[in-house]
Amino acid sequence: MTESKSGASRAAGVAAAGPTAGIAGNPLFEYLCRLGDDRLVLGHRLSQWAGHAPILEEDIALSNFALDFVGQAAALLKLAGEVEGQGRDEDALAYHRDENEFRNVQLVELPRGDFGFTIVRQYLFDAFDVLFLDRLVKSRHEVLAGIAAKALKEARYHVRHSGEWVVRLGDGTEESHRRMQGALDELWSYTTELFVADAVDATMMEQGIGVDLASLKAPWEITVRETLARATLAVPNDQRVVRGGRLGRHSEHLGHMLAEMQILPRSHPGAQW
Amino acid sequence: MTVSTADDPIKLAEFEARLERGETIEPKDWMPEKYRKQLIRMMSQHAHSEIVGMLPEGNWITRAPSLRRKMVLLAKVQDEGGHGLYIYCGTETLGIDREELVEQLLTGKAKYSSIFNYPTLTWADIGVIGWLVDGAAIVNQTMLAKTSYGPYARAMIRICKEENFHKRQGYEICTVMAKGTPAQRAMVQDAVNRWWWPSLMMFGPSDGTSPNSAELLRWRVKRETNDALRQRFVNLTIPQAQAIGLTVPDPDLRYNAETENWEFGAIDWAEFQAVISGNGPCNRERMAARRKAHDDGAWVREAAEAHAAKQAARSREHAA
Repeated sequence: MTESKSGASRAAGVAAAGPTAGIAGNPLFEYLCRLGDDRLVLGHRLSQWAGHAPILEEDIALSNFALDFVGQAAALLKLAGEVEGQGRDEDALAYHRDENEFRNVQLVELPRGDFGFTIVRQYLFDAFDVLFLDRLVKSRHEVLAGIAAKALKEARYHVRHSGEWVVRLGDGTEESHRRMQGALDELWSYTTELFVADAVDATMMEQGIGVDLASLKAPWEITVRETLARATLAVPNDQRVVRGGRLGRHSEHLGHMLAEMQILPRSHPGAQW
Repeated sequence: MTVSTADDPIKLAEFEARLERGETIEPKDWMPEKYRKQLIRMMSQHAHSEIVGMLPEGNWITRAPSLRRKMVLLAKVQDEGGHGLYIYCGTETLGIDREELVEQLLTGKAKYSSIFNYPTLTWADIGVIGWLVDGAAIVNQTMLAKTSYGPYARAMIRICKEENFHKRQGYEICTVMAKGTPAQRAMVQDAVNRWWWPSLMMFGPSDGTSPNSAELLRWRVKRETNDALRQRFVNLTIPQAQAIGLTVPDPDLRYNAETENWEFGAIDWAEFQAVISGNGPCNRERMAARRKAHDDGAWVREAAEAHAAKQAARSREHAA
């Protein structure tokens, strides 16, 4: 996939960091944005459940997970801003980058859907996240390793919770099974993007900072297949490969999400909140 | 659980003597049926208010203007869910289950605080709700922390601590905006103008017209009158408004040096009645949102039950 080098920084106040500038210039910045954006976007999607969940306990649980992910995002984007050294803090990165500067995988940006869709997406991500963070805690970058250690504790709880719901709803009623299988079929191809490594990942691995993504695929599949079996859900046979998020190519959904999320800081330039 | 409306006069005398001595009533203790009913009414209204209250604030979670504000608001809405859960559990000690209470809310049989039927129109509303609405709730709940029913009193002590935190965060949002750009200042003043009177109405009708007050006071469910609590709230709040250069929309407001009270103008009780009888600006939206969440989640609750039943059957087979 090729990237246009022009038109990336159309909004006023955005530093000159086009889609490819980070890759060439500062792979660590790029890497941290990828990690931070996954969490920011997923946290945002989860936060849309507050007050609308099927049971009160899930209002609380999903808000709590949203809080964990936004917290992780804030720490990662803060570090990204420091690494970049151009005076951008976590809010500048969250609120003043355009859609094509976001580096999250497309899996996390899809609209929240029904509770089943949210749970399947969450489980597929959480199962990856535990494996990923378990490696990232050994990063030679001390601050990053620290963020990962805190996040890993949260992720272990997340995966237990979402995994239990996958089993409960997969092996619940006919309707719940149908909904869960439908969500799984829709989401499956989006998981491919989680394991695609590029030059940024290679550089981060060489420097002992990042994680070998390809090596996570097999253990992830074992865990996920085991849970899906308990949930009586069939592993989809979907050959489609989704990619592009890491380079700023997204689905149509992210723009709408960011328009809502960024409205206040964009409408009131320079204001403090 | 007794169902007779005429309570045993000897037990009633003992009950009232216990209250007189300042004792708390616990779930297994004898209590007059009316006391039980009043507590179920108050506690469930309180729990429902926490749940419905998640909606107006939830309206701004996705638009919070910084990551810190987003986290604080998420945590606040989460706390409200927690309070709701905690008070529902407390209410269950009176012999009614949560499902029935939720049913009462969804069918409109049970009420919730009138304040949550007003819309949150700008980010400043989130600050003002924390400051004024949580501020008013704290005044009320500090009194309720000394209520005669043990489980409710203990719930209030715990909840008050978190509400104080919410109030400080709300006031901080207002402080920052009041010192901000002209647009932000206008936004926060407009929010105060809209929320001030509804906040005063949160304490309920005036003492003379409050249908439940006398009995609640006698049984020490409530320890102070609606009007006394309302006055305390105004006295606390006006200096806070002045400190950040905001005004309240009341031309009759004046300080009485003799009583040391901030005397305020007449409350529009017709508006209050309209809102509590279902005709406020957002009553229909709030109930529709609650019903939608409940209906959309029906398949999830059914599946969870079905799965639990399958699991139980499997473990029975295993044991056999």
